[in-house]
Amino acid sequence: MSQAEAALTATTAPEDNGPRPRKPGNPRNPLWTLGILRSEITTTLRRHRTYALLAVLAAVPVLIGIAVRIETGGGGSGSGGGPDGGGGPAFLTQVTNNGLFLVFAALAATLPVFLPMAVGVVAGDAIAGEASGGTLRYLLVAPAGRTRLLLAKYASVLTFCLVATFVVAASALAVGALLFPVGEVTTISGTRISFGEGLVRAALTAAVVAASLVGFAALGLFVSTLTDSGIGAMAATVGLLITVQILDSIPQLSGIHPYLFPHYWMSFADVLREPVHWEELSKNFQLQGLYAAVFGSAAWARFTSKDITA
Amino acid sequence: MAPNDSAETIGEATGTVVGRRKAARYIVPVAVAGVAAATIGLVPALANAGDPDLPKISAQELIEKIAASDEEQLSGTFKISTDLGLPLDGLAGSFLPGADGEGKDGGAAAPQDKLMELTSGTHTLRVAVDGPEKQRLSILGKASEYSVVHNKGEVWAYDSTSDEVYHAEAPEGAGAEKEAPRAPKGVPATPKDFAEQALAAVGDTTSVTVDGTAQVAGRDAYQLVIKPKQEGSTVGSIRIAVDAENGVPLKFTLAAAAGGKAVVDAGFTKVDFAKPAASSFDFTPPKGAKVTEADELETGKDEHGKAQKALPEQFSGQIPGLEGLESSEGVNVIGEGWTSIAAIEIPGGKGLPTAGSGDVPAEAQGFLDALGDKVTGKFGSGTVFKTRLVNALLTDDGKVYVGAVTKDALVRAADGAK
Repeated sequence: MSQAEAALTATTAPEDNGPRPRKPGNPRNPLWTLGILRSEITTTLRRHRTYALLAVLAAVPVLIGIAVRIETGGGGSGSGGGPDGGGGPAFLTQVTNNGLFLVFAALAATLPVFLPMAVGVVAGDAIAGEASGGTLRYLLVAPAGRTRLLLAKYASVLTFCLVATFVVAASALAVGALLFPVGEVTTISGTRISFGEGLVRAALTAAVVAASLVGFAALGLFVSTLTDSGIGAMAATVGLLITVQILDSIPQLSGIHPYLFPHYWMSFADVLREPVHWEELSKNFQLQGLYAAVFGSAAWARFTSKDITA
Repeated sequence: MAPNDSAETIGEATGTVVGRRKAARYIVPVAVAGVAAATIGLVPALANAGDPDLPKISAQELIEKIAASDEEQLSGTFKISTDLGLPLDGLAGSFLPGADGEGKDGGAAAPQDKLMELTSGTHTLRVAVDGPEKQRLSILGKASEYSVVHNKGEVWAYDSTSDEVYHAEAPEGAGAEKEAPRAPKGVPATPKDFAEQALAAVGDTTSVTVDGTAQVAGRDAYQLVIKPKQEGSTVGSIRIAVDAENGVPLKFTLAAAAGGKAVVDAGFTKVDFAKPAASSFDFTPPKGAKVTEADELETGKDEHGKAQKALPEQFSGQIPGLEGLESSEGVNVIGEGWTSIAAIEIPGGKGLPTAGSGDVPAEAQGFLDALGDKVTGKFGSGTVFKTRLVNALLTDDGKVYVGAVTKDALVRAADGAK
């Protein structure tokens, strides 16, 4: 109910039986769009569930940091990964020597499952959750139109992507700085950059990771418009994620791999090369843009034409 | 945005109209997907269509252009795909000495091990060259990178996966550099090395022509095509794209006579002939990284010596010429040019263990049989091991015939030798 209330308090729209055709000569207040957007973002981010998801995400770097710290026996140099160094998530071996690498290691560890799962929960719940809670029709009472409501929902999901990624990165940076030495950064090409530039690269990496989730967020939003069950939409979205990830790991299907949304996710590591290798990164962005366009417009087609019964 | 609300506002209209309007909205995502599919399909086709218009040039002139090329500075991204069709291709890496990642005792970052990986699959490399004293080669892996940096007599190799460093002094440590002083590394990974090796094989047996032009890495290039004139070679053609402006080979493609995917396809995807940043050749081992000195590898030397030897063998096997084999004892070369076959006597005169001889467990015997084809001829019988380029016939009386030739040519050679 809180969402409907927030939407209603954010506007002074009169109650009506449905969205009305706009009266000519009564231009919309441009701040209006921001109003619905702001209310959507705050309701998304202020939910207890969101706090819980963010807390889980923030815990991942803490766990990795403590595990690596214990494993290396109190900061002894070298031989970080033990005899089988190079196993596990990328960048783990560098963490002992430079805490900043915990940011990259944590992002590499959370990107395949944790981050998209959290995004899938939020995206899948965006429309279907309102429908199953019975609040969707109240949201539509406001004369914003379904398209703008959908856009506001998508924008709030994307905001969550960004917030979630930066929560992981910030937590990793804090833990890394606490447990390990920080200083000049060695890129994976073997060249050195200053710690300041390393921080810039870390922020860039987090932004790239957040952008990698754009396509999946649109997919989740589309699934969310298909059903009136919030749980169903979340489960279907996360299920899709896992299915696609399995498809992406079957070598016999290499022909379709470049078109699967997680295929270029790990390309964020290319930010750490010197110079930055943009080829796969740009492929990733194009692919995410394509998914956003296709599933965003599919969500629009579905949502603007469906009967709202709940 | 107002029309978007129409579905709701005309709710009272007849059902068919509403239904049609609803269906019409799905045209948008379908159209977006269609346009994307068309773009993905068409863009490469359009990009290929634009072969540059260049003045005609003879093959002789083009080869001279390559020879005269004196570009000392370049940097770029390089893609190499190899499909040698080795039996059990995926495992090939682990069969090769020292190529497996497990051999960490000898220093994981030693260059020979890593460079073997290039002999199968597709790899993206970055190269930067600034004169004979500074080179850099990086193999881009998934979230990792393996770099070899040569800077004025010092060779550093850094493996970001294991955070290990290998260090050597160039004169002893990098014998490969002497053979190809301008190449970043021993394996002929740049088109220039490939071109030189292929051109060395030119003779009466070979046709060399210029076949049109192409765009490689955004630069205009001539295509030099080298084809064997003889029957029985497994090499279909070798194509070298040569930069029209400065004669630097940009792309090398080796196609098998049997057709299909190119056996070796190596070329720049991006190239820049400006001076690379000096900082890219500076290397200081990262704090805490394990550094292995080449001198410390004495213990592991046998293993690495083997790996080092395996490199030229691997490639001289690919490129017909086989000079390396001619000099060794017990080796005869039958034929010449593309169809030359090396006949090697195995000391002891024993072939592959056959079933029932009891030398090998039955399972292993089955495995060996599965790798090769049984053949018989006037020479007796033997087993042919096939790859896409190099075939080998191992006769039961212990002779080996190897060459970049077809199975029939091998059998003929064996018959002739009897």
